[in-house]
Amino acid sequence: MAILRVNDLYKSFGGVKAVSNINISIEGGEIAGVIGPNGAGKTTFFNLLTGIYSPSSGEITYNIKKEIPSKNLKPHKMTSYGIARTFQNIRLFKNMSILDNVLIGYHNNLSYGVIPSLFRLPSYYKNEEKAYNEVLELLKIFNLSDKKDEVARNLPYGEQRKVEIARALAAKPKLLLLDEPAAGMNPNETKELTSLITWIKDEFDLTIILIEHDMSLVMGICSKVFVFNYGTLIASGTPDEIQNNPQVITAYLGGE
Amino acid sequence: MKLLNKKNILCALAIFSIYAIAGLLINIGFIDSYIFLNIVLIGINIILAVSLNLITGFTGQFSLGHAAFMSIGAYASGIITAKLGQPFLIGIIGAALFSAMAGIIIGIPTLRLKGDYLAIATLGFGEIVKIIGLNNDYIGGAIGLNDIPQYTTWSCLYALVVITVLLISNFIKSYHGRACISIREDEIASEAMGVNTTYYKVLVFTMGAFFAGIAGALYANYFYFIKPDSFGFMKSIDILVIVVFGGMGSITGSIIGAILLSVISLFLQSIPELRMVVYSLILFFIMIYRPQGLMGKSDFKFFKKRGVLSGHTESK
Repeated sequence: MAILRVNDLYKSFGGVKAVSNINISIEGGEIAGVIGPNGAGKTTFFNLLTGIYSPSSGEITYNIKKEIPSKNLKPHKMTSYGIARTFQNIRLFKNMSILDNVLIGYHNNLSYGVIPSLFRLPSYYKNEEKAYNEVLELLKIFNLSDKKDEVARNLPYGEQRKVEIARALAAKPKLLLLDEPAAGMNPNETKELTSLITWIKDEFDLTIILIEHDMSLVMGICSKVFVFNYGTLIASGTPDEIQNNPQVITAYLGGE
Repeated sequence: MKLLNKKNILCALAIFSIYAIAGLLINIGFIDSYIFLNIVLIGINIILAVSLNLITGFTGQFSLGHAAFMSIGAYASGIITAKLGQPFLIGIIGAALFSAMAGIIIGIPTLRLKGDYLAIATLGFGEIVKIIGLNNDYIGGAIGLNDIPQYTTWSCLYALVVITVLLISNFIKSYHGRACISIREDEIASEAMGVNTTYYKVLVFTMGAFFAGIAGALYANYFYFIKPDSFGFMKSIDILVIVVFGGMGSITGSIIGAILLSVISLFLQSIPELRMVVYSLILFFIMIYRPQGLMGKSDFKFFKKRGVLSGHTESK
């Protein structure tokens, strides 16, 4: 059963066709990569998947806990559907501690009301303690537990990426969308990230869709790769198929 | 994480002893009515500043209409206690509820706006409330509302200040408060993490209005007399100055700011010609040398905390 199905997706901004004619289906448990030259429509595609933009036409259907039709995709509802994301340019809450950052990711798993929070009723203590313990557990996995009180903006770049992934995982997603997770990392950090992604996929039983420019990462871990160019899908298949696809080579290296 | 830990018990003791000592001093006449008047003003300013801090400092929504909520509360309580002859408690509850209702009605359309635009819209709201007050004969128009019974005593002032500060800081340290701070930090990321930003903005705006309404009720029932001009644009700016002066996102900062600014302007009353000049200079230098405000984003802590669950962290 496909966890995500995209049918004839089309999005235009004024006269610009950002993405058109996208047909994709992604199975549960896959790591899918989305690649393409700059301006190919990858981020627009991600924003459509996460409800930031609504499609001009076409359908995006998720099937995670239950079937979610296109029109119900709102950014703040995505985590409750079991979908979490990270951003291309890291968007941490810079003045908050690492712990608080990840606790925000946990937001939808907390459910006590405003009144218990005002009067510190027992449900406040119960919920906050549970959240605190679970988030601490998550930080331990990422080797960040001794830095939990550090302010996010004081962390090195690579660790900020990790915090962002931890924050997304705190939402307990089934589908994780990573927007250029390796951007700005050196080869060593990329290698570490590569193994981290495969590890969290198994550990948390995730399906992962990632946009990436780093081919070693994409070809190393993705089971399926989608290639975008000028807003359309020009090829899809396993990494091996993609590497030998003449259209893809033309898009990246230029044709004759 | 229990309610009855060492910290909370000591806090409760401190709160109670301040109340008892000041109450005693008022009873034996050490605090005369002039000083008491200033204490009332400080208390009202603390409520206003802390509630505006919730909107502007913690959630990052720039509001210039806070005095309008105070005015709604003041008039509501004035009408309930003076015209309808009800007890003060009903006046306070009515003031808070009317203000909160205005907060919802204004919040839903204006909170779609961001930054400067929101500031202008709330400014406009403040002027509308003032104009309605000026042109409504039932509440006295420009002459104002007279003969409001003086119900505000030390006990109820102190109780309401403590309740406001406690409730708002409890709110900030819950997951709702964290969500609000995340809206200030990065609205897009916050939304992507499942925070319903519109809901929280309206909620915070309503809460801020609720407490501003209480401040208005205390004001009306202390000064016998209210007129629309007292709650104009300048009053909103005064509250904002306290919040910025104390530190956006610091409740302790707002309390210290409210006390300090009131004391400063009290001492400056001996030089009436230069009062506003000196006052402005003080603000000027504070902003140059401490642009984050007295307390920055941090809150004063009695104890070093283990297991931090606060919504904010110290800025370094």
